[in-house]
Amino acid sequence: MTEQRTPLLETVDLKKYFKVGDKSFLHAVDGINMKVYAGETVGVVGESGCGKSTLGRTILRLIEPTSGQILYNGDDITKYNPRQMKKMRQELQIIFQDPYASLDPRKSVVEIIAEYMIINKTLPTKREIYNRAARLMDVVGLARRYATAYPHELDGGRRQRIGIARALSVNPKFIVCDEPVSALDVSIQAQILNLLMDLQDDMNLTYMFVTHDLSVVKHISDNIMVMYLGQCLEFASSDELFEKPIHPYTQALLSAIPEPDIAMRNKEIKVIKGEVVSPIDPKPGCRFAARCEHCHERCLQEAPVLKEIEPGHMVACHLCDK
Amino acid sequence: MTENNAPARSAIDLLNDGEDINFKRPSQVKEILRRLKKNKGAMIGLFLLIFIILVVILADVIATYEVGVVQIPDNRLAHMSAEHPLGCDSYGRDVLSRLVHGARNSLLVAVAASISSCLFGCTLGAIAGYFGGKVDMLIMRALDIFMSIPDLLFTMVVVAALGSSIPVLIIAMTLAYFTNYVRLVRSGVLNLVDQEYVEAARAGGSSSARIIISHIIPNTLGIILVNVTLNVSSLVIYQSTLSFIGLSLPAPAPEWGSMLASARVDMLRAPLLVLFPALAIILTAFSVNLLGDGLRDAMDPRLRN
Repeated sequence: MTEQRTPLLETVDLKKYFKVGDKSFLHAVDGINMKVYAGETVGVVGESGCGKSTLGRTILRLIEPTSGQILYNGDDITKYNPRQMKKMRQELQIIFQDPYASLDPRKSVVEIIAEYMIINKTLPTKREIYNRAARLMDVVGLARRYATAYPHELDGGRRQRIGIARALSVNPKFIVCDEPVSALDVSIQAQILNLLMDLQDDMNLTYMFVTHDLSVVKHISDNIMVMYLGQCLEFASSDELFEKPIHPYTQALLSAIPEPDIAMRNKEIKVIKGEVVSPIDPKPGCRFAARCEHCHERCLQEAPVLKEIEPGHMVACHLCDK
Repeated sequence: MTENNAPARSAIDLLNDGEDINFKRPSQVKEILRRLKKNKGAMIGLFLLIFIILVVILADVIATYEVGVVQIPDNRLAHMSAEHPLGCDSYGRDVLSRLVHGARNSLLVAVAASISSCLFGCTLGAIAGYFGGKVDMLIMRALDIFMSIPDLLFTMVVVAALGSSIPVLIIAMTLAYFTNYVRLVRSGVLNLVDQEYVEAARAGGSSSARIIISHIIPNTLGIILVNVTLNVSSLVIYQSTLSFIGLSLPAPAPEWGSMLASARVDMLRAPLLVLFPALAIILTAFSVNLLGDGLRDAMDPRLRN
């Protein structure tokens, strides 16, 4: 892998703390360093509440980061003023989880798709904007007869297609997909995933794919980042991670994937014991320590650092030092 | 165009296709009007309202102003006749003429005050709800002070300070009635700002003003419209309260509220004198309510049949 090229998007020690109560902070995103190269897909996995959605939103500055940098083509966008940011929003887009809540119920399909183009005046006339909106409907596989329909008249898959068309309308390079299929039926999930992958090939898009569904992430990602309580525990290419998971948490996650194979019914599943510890002012040491079967003294005192074990495979665990 | 399969042509090809589709956006206004036309109640309200507006415009054609103001002692409490279709009041003034010319004063003030209180209150409420934090705190505490002063007292202060005229009345009544809107719209906005489609609009680079105008106001329009329609009638009554204590338009000027107030004295001898201005107020309120309800339904695509 030639590490010389600049990543399309890079976060440097990105943190987002939410204030809870008087002096406590909820560490939603706690020092994330990640690199996403153009044309790739990075899958971000983790259980509910681990900060993966917050990470996606912080990267787009829909939530302002507490500290750290977000480099887009090497340029720190956290320092951008509102006008520069408005322009940057055409490059960085998002597809939301809930395809109903993310569409204004009072606007027709074509108006929703055209909205970003109208805001940014990407085309000189309304006529051209609506023409392009109609073409975007072709691109995402929505029949044009739905142009005048309202979101509540369509099913989840078609609504999600509207969300995708809206994100594509401003020609973005980087798209955060915030659990785009988790609200959909399994049969429709596959359609939407295939659509996203086709679009990536055609338009050279870069995705950050946030999900809790490991089988989805394997299907779509080049690299996978495993998050736990706001931190990155393991980062590796998709194949590597599924073949050789190193972190105990990743191993447990992977063993919990249901196998659609009767011969595998007696497969041993590593069950993670206990509950996620509170993300509010977490104790020093490894955050997974309380639930880890390999936990020893050092884990409780010193936080493990993300280290490159093999080229492109990074793990944050004290076990790797032995 | 197969719907559920991946596009046969690549996305770029599809997007760069130069062919002009001549795609016409459906007009929101046309859609709303089409849905409104289906609603019988709303259409009755609309026709009544048009009738009332016509009366206001054609007041001078229907009856002369003088007949409504000049007092003729011989005509005191005269019964209905060809000359005075609705009879005369206790000063010998023609009731029809007063009713028709009173429509101008009453409706102008009531409608203008409801519109201005709505605009003022909605803007403040939207700002308070959308920005939250200190802005919200400041606006809401100022509002608490406003609401702790009785409406009537407040209006009296304004009218006493600025003198009684139509613009002053509108201002005074706006200040008495805008508080409801602030609280209504603020609570509506608080529900909406967390919606993902508002976040989606921000992700597209939308400014706060644009989000408020194009997403939040349309989605709170239902509760606003209902409040406006209720307010038009209560403002006509409120104005009569003001004229009752002598704060509205000066005496001979015809106005529905003051007609109602002065007819009260002769209610036993001439009950019809109370009936006519009351009917006028009810008819106005009724038509505005019908139309408002219909509009609210027509604007919500989720309710369309």
